[in-house]
Amino acid sequence: MVTSILHRATGIALSVGLLLVAWGLIALAGGEERFGHFTAFVGSPIGIILMIGWSWSLFYHLCNGIRHLVQDGGYGYEIVQFVRSSWASIIVSLLLTAAVWAYVLTLGAAA
Amino acid sequence: MSAYPKEYRNPLKKARGLGSAQHGVSHWWVQRVTAIALVGLGIWLVTLVLRVLHADYATARELVARPWNAVLLIAFVVTAFWHAVLGLQVVIEDYVHTRWKEATLLMAIKFVAVLATLAGVLAVLRIALGA
Repeated sequence: MVTSILHRATGIALSVGLLLVAWGLIALAGGEERFGHFTAFVGSPIGIILMIGWSWSLFYHLCNGIRHLVQDGGYGYEIVQFVRSSWASIIVSLLLTAAVWAYVLTLGAAA
Repeated sequence: MSAYPKEYRNPLKKARGLGSAQHGVSHWWVQRVTAIALVGLGIWLVTLVLRVLHADYATARELVARPWNAVLLIAFVVTAFWHAVLGLQVVIEDYVHTRWKEATLLMAIKFVAVLATLAGVLAVLRIALGA
């Protein structure tokens, strides 16, 4: 129930995030100054909050998407399995988000 | 039923041509195919973004210009926008019940997605071809 609405919500968020990916590519092709505007936005406090949100949305949508594909195959419909895999989607996505940001922050400290 | 029906036309006659447009299965299937492709492409994109993150402008451009990266980026942009349109379409159809608003939104997301896809692909090509 909650995982289903989260799948839709993160899907909508990722659609907007996809426009940011397009903006990044267009800026990179458009020259150093344009790309500077893009990285300045991404690196700003609002940008970082959005990036944290998008990274978790991506990992959640990925984990829960794989879960849905398995269910499309007809597996995992026992109530116990269903609830357990819901929690797995949430916990694994949080761990992946934490891992990526730990990597980003340690890299930032090293650079 | 009243004794004098207002409508003499058979219900089947009214239903014909308004039923399933036969595109439901294709929508469902393409949503899954793009989903499976995006499992790989999405994980790859995260690794690319992490490599670009602390790179300067020239290094970032050089990374995107590499043939495999350029090909996979174009594949990602096209597949992801396609998947996004299919997903947003379902959400709009489920929650927007005013017909003109529904139709307008469905068209708007397609226009935005196609334009953003073309612009994104052109950008990768410009970088890859050094234009």
